Amino acid sequence: MREFSRRHPVWAGVVALAVLILLYLIFAIWPEWLSDAIGSKKIFLNALFNGITLGGLYFLVASGFTLIFGLMRNVNLAHGSLYLLGGYIGFFVADWTGFWLLAFPVSFIIVGLLGVLMQIFVFRRMEGQDLRQTLVTIGISIVVADLMLWGFGGDFYNISPPSWLSGPMETNLITSQRVRNSGEVVTTYLKYPMVRIVIFAASVAIGVAMWLVLNRTRIGMLVRAGVDDRDMLSATGARIQLVFVGVFFFGAGLAGLAGVVGATFQSAAPGEDVRFLLASLVVVIVGGMGSIPGAALGALLIGLAEQFGSVYFPTYAVVLTFLIMVVVLAFRPQGLLGR
Amino acid sequence: MTMEDFTRKIDASIASRQGKKMWIERIPAGYWIVGFILLIMPSFASDFVLFQIFGWTFILGMIATSLMFLAGYGGMVSLAQMTFAGVAGYMVAIFGDSAIDTISQGWPWWVVVPLALLITILFATAIGWLAVRTEGIYTIMITLAIAAAFFYFTRQNYDIFNGFQGFNSVFPPRLFGVNWRQPLPFYYMTLMWAVITFLVALYLSRAPFGLALQGVRDNPRRMAALGFNVTAHRVAAYAFSAIPAGLGGIMLTWQSAQISPGTVSIQPAIDILIIAVVGGLRHPVGAFVGAFLYVLLKTFAVDVLIALGLSGDRFQLLIGLGFLIVVYISDDGLLGIWEKLRASRNRDPLTGERRG
Repeated sequence: MREFSRRHPVWAGVVALAVLILLYLIFAIWPEWLSDAIGSKKIFLNALFNGITLGGLYFLVASGFTLIFGLMRNVNLAHGSLYLLGGYIGFFVADWTGFWLLAFPVSFIIVGLLGVLMQIFVFRRMEGQDLRQTLVTIGISIVVADLMLWGFGGDFYNISPPSWLSGPMETNLITSQRVRNSGEVVTTYLKYPMVRIVIFAASVAIGVAMWLVLNRTRIGMLVRAGVDDRDMLSATGARIQLVFVGVFFFGAGLAGLAGVVGATFQSAAPGEDVRFLLASLVVVIVGGMGSIPGAALGALLIGLAEQFGSVYFPTYAVVLTFLIMVVVLAFRPQGLLGR
Repeated sequence: MTMEDFTRKIDASIASRQGKKMWIERIPAGYWIVGFILLIMPSFASDFVLFQIFGWTFILGMIATSLMFLAGYGGMVSLAQMTFAGVAGYMVAIFGDSAIDTISQGWPWWVVVPLALLITILFATAIGWLAVRTEGIYTIMITLAIAAAFFYFTRQNYDIFNGFQGFNSVFPPRLFGVNWRQPLPFYYMTLMWAVITFLVALYLSRAPFGLALQGVRDNPRRMAALGFNVTAHRVAAYAFSAIPAGLGGIMLTWQSAQISPGTVSIQPAIDILIIAVVGGLRHPVGAFVGAFLYVLLKTFAVDVLIALGLSGDRFQLLIGLGFLIVVYISDDGLLGIWEKLRASRNRDPLTGERRG
């Protein structure tokens, strides 16, 4: 961080100013003119929190995608289908057993194993043929999407979180303060859905754990070496195919996990697979292909852009997301944190 | 050996190989047969076959040719070709006539069609400039994202693109007193443009621009060292590919008499990729073969599925499986399979040598 501020003093200043303004907007009691200009503080805080938590979900989906790409140069365009499948599996597991938490490991393992099958039968057979791999995954996503439509129909499946997670959580952020005629001061605090906060905390924990595993363990060392130079790593005697299978299992499993989260947040339905595939594409393009911190930054930016866009300029909310991508591509084609 | 000797020798070898035939004799027999059948098609085919099957095949073939040109010659797989077609179709609806007379300008066709093409080319140039900053699989992802952005934009924008409904009653002009939406005129109109597209794509594979583009595909660094402007060639390829895509888009709009966000959604964009890849990216004929197969499947798959005792809704599954199988076994679509078959037939099974 110090390095960055020394190299780009102007940008560091801009970022610091933005953070200060953001902190003011979050913690201060808004004066009248500000509320008149951009609406009430409650709307702003809700958009901010929704954006951050949506960013957490996007991070879960995109980090698996970017991990697989970073190590194996495989673009898995069936990633969205894995996500949606995870959502359906999670719904049925939670529905049959009644344990919401059980949905996560089951979905993770089943979808992860599917990913391993894809790695063995598709990607390993076509190593080095980027375009063909991409085309085959497009084919797989079409077939899987139609099979899921066949099996689950066009209904919306929504996983209801357990009772200890449902309902709002009181925060100590003041949304408005009014003085009644009687002279008494009424302060309203922001209420926010508990489940979203818990899920966001979990995705942060997963992100941090991933970072730690990648940077502090022997397995992470193997993976990072594979990202840098695959051939040299296999020449040193590391069992690279095993590493590939492991990373594919983990990356696909994360998509399945994210599917359960998505089905709890929103719902699992046909079309969600394409939506989340596109979202993770944009996230990794903005953040930088193959970079986990990049995926986190990109997911946060895109989540915020989507939520603020839908609140403040509803017509062009989706276009705003793509505008960010275009600007990043035009000025930094390798992505914000890409190498 | 001097240069003159060398060129004379090459000329002689070319002449001897061709037996000094006239250019018209050098056209392979297959072209004559296919051309003849296509020309006399209306004498025995029904209106439905002419308008729905062949008209649609030619249109999709043109859009797929624009992708084949970019991907086969330029090595840039773009999913934005349907978007280019959609831009042209939308421009025709906006500047020309449609049922939405609050937006449509109602200008005459000889202004509208060139203007629509020009806007499409400018749009494609801008997209190309953005997309060529990336390579290979990145290009696919970025053009996919652009296609999605355009789809959402048209769906949300009511001032210019009339949002979800889009435009209907967009008819072709009554040129020479002919209603060009009748099956017979429409068949010949699409046939003419498809043939022009095919021949130009074929010609470009040997023209200086096409050769330079293929050089850029194979080794951009070497081409840059030779003094070619790699980026400019790539952007020009995008701009050029917008012409057949735009023409196809205009005729697609005339054929269905409407254009809406559904025309440019992600599914059609991927369908164009499927058509081009299943046909084969090596030769322009692949795009039309792929388009013909796709149209046949899309038109008759429901009947076949019902005959097999399955629900007609599973047609997307059939297309996906077919695509998956072709991509899985061949690295250049049906053309690749064809070449492989021919090579194995010409080879002696015992010695592995080529037969005469």
